[in-house]
Amino acid sequence: MGLELYLDLISQPSRAVYVFAKKNGIPFELRNVELLKGQHLTKEFFLVNSLQRVPTLKDGDFLLSESVAILIYLSFKYKTADHWYPSDLQARVRIHEYLGWHADRIRGTFGVSLWTQVLAPLIGAQVPEEKVKRNRTNIDKALQHLEDKFLGHKAFLTSQQVVAVGCPLFEGRPRLSAWRERVEAFLGTDLCQEAHGPIFHIVEQAANKTLPDPSPEFYPNMLLRIFRIP
Amino acid sequence: MGMELYLDLLSASCRAVYIFVKKNNIPFDFQFVDLLQGHHHSKEYMEINPLKKLPSLKDGNFILSESVAILLYLCRKYSAPSHWYPPDLHMRARVDEFMAWQHTAIQLPMSKILWIKLLIPMITGEEVPAGKTKEILDEVNKNMQLFEEKFLQDKMFITGDNISLADVVALVEMMQPMAGNHNVFHNSPKLAEWRTRVELTIGSGLFLEAHERLKKLTEWDCSTLDPTVKERVSKLLQKFK
Repeated sequence: MGLELYLDLISQPSRAVYVFAKKNGIPFELRNVELLKGQHLTKEFFLVNSLQRVPTLKDGDFLLSESVAILIYLSFKYKTADHWYPSDLQARVRIHEYLGWHADRIRGTFGVSLWTQVLAPLIGAQVPEEKVKRNRTNIDKALQHLEDKFLGHKAFLTSQQVVAVGCPLFEGRPRLSAWRERVEAFLGTDLCQEAHGPIFHIVEQAANKTLPDPSPEFYPNMLLRIFRIP
Repeated sequence: MGMELYLDLLSASCRAVYIFVKKNNIPFDFQFVDLLQGHHHSKEYMEINPLKKLPSLKDGNFILSESVAILLYLCRKYSAPSHWYPPDLHMRARVDEFMAWQHTAIQLPMSKILWIKLLIPMITGEEVPAGKTKEILDEVNKNMQLFEEKFLQDKMFITGDNISLADVVALVEMMQPMAGNHNVFHNSPKLAEWRTRVELTIGSGLFLEAHERLKKLTEWDCSTLDPTVKERVSKLLQKFK
């Protein structure tokens, strides 16, 4: 059994790993773990990853979670081109600097709109308007910092596609729009569309009101996640 | 001017960097940025780090933030012994995995406990509702369990027989609630042993020195706190309600 990647493309870090592996021609078996069906919470998946999270990598007996760790592992093992994770010390630690900031400011912030606009309404849960506004502010602040401080590093961060549902993310930010276009051009339109297929499909289904209801056992987890929105 | 580190040892991320440089005898200038006085918001500091966060490193013209990035930089630049960030692919991946996971699983909730148990009551005079407190403590307990079962298991340290950056980062963060009189180790003898082991490997003297300021936080006279800061903390309290 070769390399296995347990992913759900509606999740940002899963997309990063997927895009990176595909772009670099790394052979792997895709194991789809459907988050909205609660498949990450099953006993079977617990044996793969006791943290019950995607993405997860399985390479023989070696199990690894956390997209950053997976990306670095793949870049070493498959000896990908230097620009992805440069060997130059200063360039390399700049990526870690971005990733540290990203963990605090992007993860957890940009995914919120999927919950507020699609998933919470789906199960009839209310998200206080104050929280929605706070999230918008946090997104704006993060975009500003992204533009001012981090832009220009063509590296892992280019793989971390952010999709904030329902808001024209880079409107009024020409530098970020241009950056995103460069990233998409580099990765290839087909690959980007493929990676974002599932999440755009969900948004479309939500708009057409054809999004299937999650199973009721999954509601408590969803409610907990919604409650955690700052 | 040699390498400068901008630190306040109240912050766990700063303590990780401080302990690492001292343990490895790396020469540096300690630039104190007083979080309690809001100096991280000063014009001078914003020139070093416009994101107003600690720690920051300044090595000649090279300025770097984010403790994990700083630790990796120091490791390589000063050729620290390889056990700190092992060259073996699998062991290194374990360190990377922990460093990524800890942001939301350990650092954030541990910091929240300190705010809930000490800083918010101290500054606003109000307690955070019991329900919310319990929720956060439950989350911390769950994550400590995950840490024990997945990252530490039956090993001496996270990567095996030797201490690495991951152990230092983990421990300094788990010390944060101590200032709020909350001990996250008391549920698990295995974790308590690991804590002692890491402390002894670092050196008790250095460890205590690094945590002195945190220990004294209960004695802080916050009456001199800037009203705008007090306002911000009150807003923070609203989020917990």
